[in-house]
Amino acid sequence: MRRPSDHELELSVAGMLRFGVTAAAVVSIFGGLLYLRQPHASITRFQKFNAGGPGLRTISGIWHGMVHLDPRSMIQFGLVLLIATPVARVVFCVIGFARQKDRLYVLVSSIVLLVLLYSLGHGFQ
Amino acid sequence: MSVLVFSSLLFAASVAAGLLGAMTGLGGGVVIVPVLALLFKVDIRYAIGASLVSVIATSSGAAIAYVREGLSNIRVGMFLEVATTLGAVLGAYLAAKISGHWIAIIFGVVLLYSAISSFRSNVDHLVPIQPGTLASKLELTGRYTTADGTHAYSAERVPFGFGLMFGAGTLSGLLGIGSGAVKVLAMDQVMRLPFKVSTTTSNFMIGVTAAASAGIYLSRGYIDPTIALSVMLGVLCGSLLGTRVLVKARVSMLKQVFALVVVVLGIEMIYSGITGRI
Repeated sequence: MRRPSDHELELSVAGMLRFGVTAAAVVSIFGGLLYLRQPHASITRFQKFNAGGPGLRTISGIWHGMVHLDPRSMIQFGLVLLIATPVARVVFCVIGFARQKDRLYVLVSSIVLLVLLYSLGHGFQ
Repeated sequence: MSVLVFSSLLFAASVAAGLLGAMTGLGGGVVIVPVLALLFKVDIRYAIGASLVSVIATSSGAAIAYVREGLSNIRVGMFLEVATTLGAVLGAYLAAKISGHWIAIIFGVVLLYSAISSFRSNVDHLVPIQPGTLASKLELTGRYTTADGTHAYSAERVPFGFGLMFGAGTLSGLLGIGSGAVKVLAMDQVMRLPFKVSTTTSNFMIGVTAAASAGIYLSRGYIDPTIALSVMLGVLCGSLLGTRVLVKARVSMLKQVFALVVVVLGIEMIYSGITGRI
C-alpha cells in the first residue's frame, strides 16, 4: 500500500470531523425541538448547581433516555457524539502514522488516545 | 423568563461571542463563561461545561479550513497533546476541588492575559533544521510555502514548550476554555515555530485537549443539555461566519474594542470572585 502524505492524512481526518460535527448538531437540534414542545420547569434551576441523576451523566443513562425519546437525553447524546469527534481524530492519526510506518508517532498518538479514553471512561461508570 | 426566551438569548449572545472571537483571533470560548456567569447568572460549573462543548465544536468544525491552508503540523500537535491532555485531566480534577470564587479569579487573570497577548506583534521565527537535536529526533520539523518560496523550520527548547503546554492543558480543564493564547505562546514564543504554523496547529490541538476533560465534566453533571446546546450552536455558527468575514474585513479597530470588552469582563470576574458573588 502507498504511504499517504501528512496533508492527505489531515484532509481525510478533517472531512470526517465535519461529518461528525454535522451529525452531532442534527441529533441535538432534533432533541432541542422536542424539548421546546414540552412544558418545563423554571430557568432559576440553572442558577444553582445540581449534578442531577445518572440519566444525563453516564453513557448508559443517556442511551436509555434516547430509546425512550426523552428530549434532554437526545440533546446530550448529540453532545457526546461531538465530544467523540476529537477522539476519532486521534484514532485516525494512529492508523495514519501506522500506514506511514512512523513507529514513534504511533506510540505518541496512542498515549494521547489512552488519556482520552481514561477521561471518557468516567462516563461509562 | 421562559426556557424558550432564555435559550434564544443564550444563542444570540453565543453567536456574537463566536463571531467576534473568530474575527479577532481571541477565540469565542474565552468570553462565554463570563457572559453566562455575569449576565445570565448561570452557575459557573454549567458555564464551563457549556463552554468546553462549544470549544470542541469550533475546533472540529473549523478543522477543514485550517487543513486546506496546509500549515498545521500534525506531529508537533500530537506530541504536545500528550502534555495538554494530561494537564486537562488534572485541571478537570482541580475544578471539583477549587471553590467557584477562585475559579472566577483565575479566569479573570487569564482573560486579562489573553487581551494583552492579542496585541503582541507577530515576529515570524525560522529555526533551521539541525540533525541530532531533540527536535529532530522527535520529528518536530516541517516546511511551509509562502509567496517567497518554501521554508524549512524546526522547533527549539522542546522541554520548556512541553511543560508550558501541560499548564495550558490544566487551564483548559479547569476553566472550560481552549486556552489558545497559552498554546500559541508555547509554540510561537518558546519553541520558536513560525507564527502561522503555531496558530493553525493550536486549533488542531484545542479540540483534543477539551475532549480530555469533557468525559470527566459529563460524569460530574457539568454539562447541562439545555444550556450547552444553545451555546454550542451559537458559538459554532458565529465562528464559522467569523472565519468567512475575516478575509474581507479590516479588524484592527474591532480587535481593540473586543480586547477592551475582554479586559472589562476579566476585571469583573476577579471582582465577583473576591466579593463572593460567583
